[in-house]
Amino acid sequence: MGLTLYQKMRDAHEVRRFKDGSSLIYIDRIMLHERTGSIALSNMIDEGRGIMAPEMVFSTIDHIVDTRPGRPGGTRMPGGQVFIDEMRRTTGELGLRLFGTDDARQGIVHVIAPEQGIALPGITMVCPDSHTCTLGGVGALAWGIGSTDCEHALATRTLRIASHRQMRIRLEGVRPGWLTAKDIIIHLICRFGAGFGAGHVIEFAGPVVEGMEVEERLTLCNMGVEFAAFTALVAPDRKTLDYVRGRAFAPRAEDVPEAEVQWMALASDADAVFDRDIAVDVSGIAPTVSWGTSPEHATPVDGLLPGEPGLEAAYRYVGLEPGTPILGQPIDGAFIGSCTNSRLSDLRRAADLLRGRMVPASVRAVCAPGSTAVKRAAEAEGLDAIFRDAGFEWHEAGCAFCFYAGGETFAPGARVVSSTNRNFEGRQGPGVRTHIASPETVAWSAVNGRISDVREVLL
Amino acid sequence: MKSFTTHDGVALPLMTDNMNTDVIIPSREMKRVSKAGLADGLFANFRYADGKREPAPGFLLNQPDYAKASVLMLGRNAGCGSSREHAVWALADYGFRVVIAETIASIFHDNCVANGILPVALPRAALDRIAAWTSDDPQGRRVRTDLKTCRVEAAGAAYDFEIAPLARRMLLKGLSPIDLTLQDISLIETFSKTDRQCRGWLYRAGES
Ligand code: SF4
Repeated sequence: MGLTLYQKMRDAHEVRRFKDGSSLIYIDRIMLHERTGSIALSNMIDEGRGIMAPEMVFSTIDHIVDTRPGRPGGTRMPGGQVFIDEMRRTTGELGLRLFGTDDARQGIVHVIAPEQGIALPGITMVCPDSHTCTLGGVGALAWGIGSTDCEHALATRTLRIASHRQMRIRLEGVRPGWLTAKDIIIHLICRFGAGFGAGHVIEFAGPVVEGMEVEERLTLCNMGVEFAAFTALVAPDRKTLDYVRGRAFAPRAEDVPEAEVQWMALASDADAVFDRDIAVDVSGIAPTVSWGTSPEHATPVDGLLPGEPGLEAAYRYVGLEPGTPILGQPIDGAFIGSCTNSRLSDLRRAADLLRGRMVPASVRAVCAPGSTAVKRAAEAEGLDAIFRDAGFEWHEAGCAFCFYAGGETFAPGARVVSSTNRNFEGRQGPGVRTHIASPETVAWSAVNGRISDVREVLL
Repeated sequence: MKSFTTHDGVALPLMTDNMNTDVIIPSREMKRVSKAGLADGLFANFRYADGKREPAPGFLLNQPDYAKASVLMLGRNAGCGSSREHAVWALADYGFRVVIAETIASIFHDNCVANGILPVALPRAALDRIAAWTSDDPQGRRVRTDLKTCRVEAAGAAYDFEIAPLARRMLLKGLSPIDLTLQDISLIETFSKTDRQCRGWLYRAGES
C-alpha cells in the first residue's frame, strides 16, 4: 500500500514510535513570537534548560507591536510592553536570532517564514501559534503548539504527536479568474463545517491546487486550523521549488540540486489510502464572505443569509437578519492584512481594484502589509501610493488589527470587511463585526462603502 | 520539577461542576511572562470583591480555615474549556499539589501531570464524604494522598484511585515531559547525526 505525503514526512522525522501509535518527531525549525515565545523562553531560562539547536530557532516581534506608521517599536496593548521587552532580553541571553521591529526581516511570523526561506518543503516546523499550518503551502509539515510543547521542542528538538487521520481534498473544475484561494477555503469550511478536519491532516490537491501560485496555497493552508485540522499541506512541485530558491535561509546554491531531488519525491503515492478523500468542483463557487461569528457562518456574496436554528446568538452579535442579502450591507471598516492575505500578491490584486478609486469618508480602511519586506517591495512598486490615494491608512507590518490585544482596533459595533481568518466575537476588538473575505472583496467593498461582489469589475 | 510521593494538606472543597480554566484564571490575569507569580490571579473573579483587589469574604479560599489549602476538590468535568496552561501554573504557584474531582478534563489533567500536580478522580459519594468530613475542621482534618499506593486517606477511610502508569511515573520521579523525552536523548542524537548526512542542505542553509 502506498504512502501519503504526510506519512512520508512523518516517517522521515520519526525518532521513536510508541506503543500507543504516537511518534517522537524530530523538529527541524522553530519560530517564536513575542506573545507566546517570550513565556516559553523565560521559563527555559528559569528552569536552567538549554536549547538544543539554537541555530534552528527564529523569532520575531509581530503580535502586539504597534503598526501605526513610523511606530517606535512599542505596543499600545496595556501591560503588553513586558512581552516585547522579555522577547528582546531572552533571545539575547540565549543567543537566538530575533527579527526585531527595526529589522528588515521583521513581520508576521507565518508571512516571514516562507519569505525568508525558513519554511521549506519536507521540513518539520512548529511555532506556539495556531496558524502555523499556513506553512503547509510550501510543503512543510508545520503545526501550532502550546507553551509546554514549545519548551519541549526547544529543549529536545522533538515533539510527541499522535497518529493523525488523513484527509485529501481535491479541488477540480474550472476556476474563474476572480475566484481566490480565500473564497475557496471559506466555502469549504462553510460547506463541510468548522469541525470537519478535527484529528486530521488535510492534503489539498488536484488540478486547481496545482494551478495555484504558492502564495495562494499559503492562504488555503492558513485556514486549515479554522477547519479544526491538525494541519494542512500541499505537495511541493516545480512552483514551490522556484518560490523557495535563493531565499535567505533556503539551501545554498550548491545544495539546491540535492534538496530539490528529495523534495520532488514528496507526494502521495497513487495507491495511498486516506481516511477521507473528497473531490470538490470549484466552478460553481462564488466570491464568499462570512456573515456570523464562526468561519463556517459564510455565504456566497450574492446569497441570502441562512435561517437554521441555533444561529440566534451569531445574528444578535452581527446585527443581521436571516433571509436577507449580505450584498449591499453598509460597512464602517475595511482591513487588508494578517497571515492569511497580506503578501505582495494580495496587495497587488487589491491595489488593482483601488487604483484611481476612492473609499468613502464613512469607511475607515487600513492596510498592514504582512512583513517589512512586503511593505518595502510594495512601496518600491508604488502600491502604497495607490492605497493611500484611495483613502487607506498604510501601516507597518504586524498582527495588531487581526486580533485585539487591547491596542489598535475599529470602533465598537463597526462592521468590518477583513482579509483575516477569524470572525469570532471580539476578535478584532470589542463589538467589532468582522466579515472575512478575499483582499479583492475587501478592496471592492471598501470603495463602494458596502459589501460588494467583485464580479462587477473582475472577469 | 518537584516529585510527588505523598501529600498531606488542607483541602478546599469547592465541589463545583464544570469548573473551567477561565474561572481558574481569567485571561486578563495572564499578563505575566513567567509561570511564577500567577497565584495572584487564581480564581480572581471570585476571590476579589467587585473588581478591587480586596478579598471577598464569602469565597472559601479567603477564610482563615482554608489558609494554605493545597488539595483542590471539584465536581464533574474539572478544568474544562480553554487549554490555557496558566490555570495549572496558577494553582501550582499558589501551592496546590492535588486536584480531586469526580471527572477531570483531559488537557487539564495532562497539564497537571506536566506541572507536578496530582489529578485524582474519585466517585461522587467518596468526594462528598471527604468534603463533609474536612469542612468541620479544615486545618485539623487534612487529606492525605499517597501516589505509591494510589490511595486517598480521609474521613477515616482509604479510597483507591487509578492513574495511567506514565503519568504516575512522571509524578513519582518529578519528571516533566521534557525530562521524559530527554531519557531518549541518545536516540535523538543518533537521528540527528544520520540526518546531517542525508539532509546536509538543511544544516548548511542560511550560513553565510
Ligand atoms: S495575523 Fe492574526 S491570525 Fe495571523 S498570526 Fe497574527 S494574530 Fe494570528
